[in-house]
Amino acid sequence: MNQPIVDLHPKTGDEVRKTTCYMCACRCGIDVHIKHTPDGDKVAYIEGNRDHPVNRGVLCAKGSAGIMQHNAPSRLRSPMKRTGPRGSGEFEPISWDEAYAIAESWLRPIRETDPSKLAFFTGRDQSQSFTSWWAQAFGTPNYAAHGGFCSVNMAAGGIYTMGGAFWEFGQPDWDRTRMFVLFGVAEDHDSNPIKMGIGKVKANGGRIVGVNPVRSGYNAVADDWFGVTPGTDGLLILSLVHCLLKAGKIDLPYLRDFTDAPVLIDARPGETHGLPLKDDDGHPLVWCRKEGRPRCFDAADVDPDLNGAWDQDGVTHRTVMHHMAHKYLDARYAPEAVADRVGIPAARIRAFAAEIARVAFDEAFLLDVEWTDFRGRTRKTMQGRPVSFHAMRGISAHANGFQTCRALHVLQILLGSVEAPGGFRFKPPYPKPATAHPKPHCKVTPGAPLDGPHLGFVHGPDDLCLRDDGSPARIDKAFSWDNPMSAHGMMHMVISNAHAGDPYRIDTLFLYMANMAWNSSMNTSGTMRMLSDTNEDGSYVIPHIIYSDAYSSEMVAYADLILPDTTYLERHDCISMLDRPICEAEAAADGIRWPVVQPDRDVKGFQTAMIELGARLGLPGMVNDDGGQKYADYADYIQRHERRPNVGPLMGFRGNGDATGRGAPNPNQIEEYKKNGGFALAHIPLEAQFFKPWNRAYQDWAVDLALYDKPQPYIFTLWCEPLAKFRLAAEGYGDRQPPDHLRHRIRTHFDPLPIWWDPTADHDGGGAFTINALTQRPMAMYHSWGTQNAWLRQIHGRNPMYLPTEIWTRHGFAEDDWARITSPHGEITVPVAHMPALNGNTIWTWNAIGKRKGAWALHDDAPEANKGFLLNHLIHELMPPKKDGMRWSNSDPITGQAAWFDLKVAIEKVPAPADGRTRPDTGRQASPVGQGPEVVAWKV
Amino acid sequence: MTALPASTQKKLGLVIDLDTCVGCHACVTACKGWNTQNYGAPLSDRNAYGDAEGTFLNRIHAYQSQPDQGLARTTHFPKSCLHCDDAPCVTVCPTGASYKRAEDGIVLVNEDACMGCGLCAWACPYGAREVDEVAGIMKKCTLCVDRIYNENIPEIDRQPACVRTCPAGARHFGDLADPASDISILVAERGGVDLMPEQGTKPVNKYLPPRPRDTIGAAQMSDDEDILAPFLAPVAEEPAGFLGWLDRSLERL
Repeated sequence: MNQPIVDLHPKTGDEVRKTTCYMCACRCGIDVHIKHTPDGDKVAYIEGNRDHPVNRGVLCAKGSAGIMQHNAPSRLRSPMKRTGPRGSGEFEPISWDEAYAIAESWLRPIRETDPSKLAFFTGRDQSQSFTSWWAQAFGTPNYAAHGGFCSVNMAAGGIYTMGGAFWEFGQPDWDRTRMFVLFGVAEDHDSNPIKMGIGKVKANGGRIVGVNPVRSGYNAVADDWFGVTPGTDGLLILSLVHCLLKAGKIDLPYLRDFTDAPVLIDARPGETHGLPLKDDDGHPLVWCRKEGRPRCFDAADVDPDLNGAWDQDGVTHRTVMHHMAHKYLDARYAPEAVADRVGIPAARIRAFAAEIARVAFDEAFLLDVEWTDFRGRTRKTMQGRPVSFHAMRGISAHANGFQTCRALHVLQILLGSVEAPGGFRFKPPYPKPATAHPKPHCKVTPGAPLDGPHLGFVHGPDDLCLRDDGSPARIDKAFSWDNPMSAHGMMHMVISNAHAGDPYRIDTLFLYMANMAWNSSMNTSGTMRMLSDTNEDGSYVIPHIIYSDAYSSEMVAYADLILPDTTYLERHDCISMLDRPICEAEAAADGIRWPVVQPDRDVKGFQTAMIELGARLGLPGMVNDDGGQKYADYADYIQRHERRPNVGPLMGFRGNGDATGRGAPNPNQIEEYKKNGGFALAHIPLEAQFFKPWNRAYQDWAVDLALYDKPQPYIFTLWCEPLAKFRLAAEGYGDRQPPDHLRHRIRTHFDPLPIWWDPTADHDGGGAFTINALTQRPMAMYHSWGTQNAWLRQIHGRNPMYLPTEIWTRHGFAEDDWARITSPHGEITVPVAHMPALNGNTIWTWNAIGKRKGAWALHDDAPEANKGFLLNHLIHELMPPKKDGMRWSNSDPITGQAAWFDLKVAIEKVPAPADGRTRPDTGRQASPVGQGPEVVAWKV
Repeated sequence: MTALPASTQKKLGLVIDLDTCVGCHACVTACKGWNTQNYGAPLSDRNAYGDAEGTFLNRIHAYQSQPDQGLARTTHFPKSCLHCDDAPCVTVCPTGASYKRAEDGIVLVNEDACMGCGLCAWACPYGAREVDEVAGIMKKCTLCVDRIYNENIPEIDRQPACVRTCPAGARHFGDLADPASDISILVAERGGVDLMPEQGTKPVNKYLPPRPRDTIGAAQMSDDEDILAPFLAPVAEEPAGFLGWLDRSLERL
């Protein structure tokens, strides 16, 4: 038979350009294959960069579909000013000069009179060290990124407890872990590393355990699935803690040497009750077994006593360990006591704890690596504990999320697995304790910069951002008594507060890359009304809205002025150590994006636009002495900006190109990064790779790399001192006092040891709403972005509400049925589907699939705009009114994390709407970019 | 009718691990990207920004199952052409466009000879072929025949796009005719299976079944011997007893 001749050797492209993906927050290295064509350079194919520390060559569905994002018809084409009413989507194109002039006409007067009238918030921003620098120079206290509605509990819970967090700031020791336990997950952080890790653990014969109401994705491949009831993860974890304590399955040497378990807690009644005892230098005190007296925890020869007790002036100060034993051995945490609430039988909870104990202690091993700790004691080996944990939004997006995240860290610290071989490991710049982070700043001076960084970690009432009259200094009320430890700000409250003029009115709302008129807000319909609401004179309640994005999103329609961003293949970026780098547990790493193709539209990278706008406004640091623009563009800033002398946005190739970490600015730095594949790496020496908070070799290495300027060893804090301080304030101690209506809430929730309460109790409408409702993000989509991608939207173009068998059967649902879902706040009418592998009292749908008609260059028959829907309509940004009429933010009382997942609903079967469309109807917006083509079938 | 080769020198194919496939769809879009740019006509998308219908050579299905005993499960099931030894899609082809390569067993469509009649798609019991309505021809997995031998790409990358990109390492490529190949060994060790063997198509691709699920607590739930119980033997019932144990233990450290 004659077989046809097949071309077996086609060229993928004419050239490979290596940059960093931006299809989600994972930031993988990509090889972009470029073809040189008569029409210029074109992207032909994108695959993972094999040398890149994050993805090692693999690439997810999003990254592999990047070519369709880059070519999406929804790309904005030029600056625009609004011509129709807000929400209409009617714009006219304008020049960049006119756009800057409009922005300047709004911003210059408020900077000169009251900079706080600018609220500048960014969404999926990967340049927060730059945007915060800009906002600080402007002088407004009203800046944050989207962490408040994303996963601040995950960051804050980890940093306040152990100086580091899950998320992309740490990772399991994939090579050595034997049991990997995953609570919830957000698919866009560390997404490829987690997939690679799961594959690796399974290949090594290890066990994957998933704790999640929904058995999809990672939970589908989990060897064991615990279908926990939403909001009860903390209770499950504390039950595991109960079992492990009772069995003595805890790592005593680890707790004694590396944590505050032996620290003495002040037992004297009064203003210091419940605070760790400290010496005059502020060092916590432990009871020394050897000398029988309290001593500083870090003394070279101290022998901390986990059960020490110091009798002083008629009271006995006890250790943190003592307090933990009394709290967690209580029968309220026994598996039998929690089983019904968490939705898992007691026998399975007990078996779960037993398996953790078995792997942590029976499969323990020693790594033959000598190291020296911060007390100067040299150890011949490293103790391995092959149980590792990871978690993300699932446990943090509840009002009890901070305490739940802390509970999980307490669990892994009790096992001695954090920073141990086989356990969970930090990635540089972590470990870094809360005390080494900045505190928040809010002092406003007209015409001048803010007095320091906006965001940070508070350690007690003195650090809150309050005005002289005690009212919140920030528009989002972050760092106020409402949510004192809101380390990432509270972007989800900005529009609501600005609309209400509470705590004050603003003039200009400036947003970047945040679809706040749609899936990124709770109460979407209400938010759309607030954004377009007018005063009696017809002016808008929020006077000016500037928005920057690359694509024609729902939010675009609600802005007055649009600054069009580039696609990720057309821009400079730095994935910086000053921000959220791409390190591994064994190496520091950062990277760049660079324009591998040039834009064919009148668009600019957002950061370059901000540099130009900042220079026009004469902001300090953005102009030279002669008033001229200091940085030509963002690339120039990346190379020349110094945050401290010799420390800039990129760590690699500094000085003459051979310095890492510290070194003079190098005008060829970006070229060097390009040559190196788009990233720089600095390996951590083997003896410094574990036990990093206490490891002298790591501390010295980190100082060399400029992560900090002097060694900063610390002990993990099972006892959260800032919580104890806020609790004392609520009890009436101290000068800065909470308002009376918040005293009870602070007293009961700010326990310095993790506790659990039912965060959904206030959402059940007096018992009318009993079913938990969630969203989950698909692996192949990133927020709302994926919908404009012709390939990805065919994978996830529909989002029925998934119902468990219990609810499906009880209501007599059948295929293609519809349901009305109601909450205390609203109702939606949506298609349903049956899913057995689901917690029996939970319903869920994919996040951000539903779209407003006219957005994202979609055609009117797009399923997303007809069958798709948002759960957001059911979730209010405020809690139901209290008896006193007060409405609190629907957020964690400690950190302000948006409590998306505390939603409770009722469900009823309804006939399918005659038009086959979901409710509510959010109207349509005109598309400033037209609609995408009918057929896509092209080769480059 | 088109003839199959009497035998093939190699049996190149995929081994797909259903124990680790997380259903991320990376293989789907990597495949779409490569095969749009390369072999034959681009994989088109009609009504691409409306109610879209596109051509894909590889799709992931998610199945729910509720065993009689134990918890419900979700299984992700990637499906593409299995490059069968007895490929009915080849023998049914009226023009000879559909063929199986003698050297490596890859089943391909010669697009110059294909008239888009769709008989092969009817004949395939797996539904692994899709007519591209824009090009009017049949499309199917090529096993990236234009990657695996391609001297213009680095040797390490000479594997199908879906395998190269798979983040969880759930996809493997190799010669299943060679019992000593890595993937033949993997199939032997993991008990790899044919998809729908009763169809008699002798598929080359193999699937590795999921490992047993939900074994933690299974014994406790069914009153079998609890081998984990010793790991939770209490050191004390009350805080005072626990703290006494703590003192004794610290003494021994």
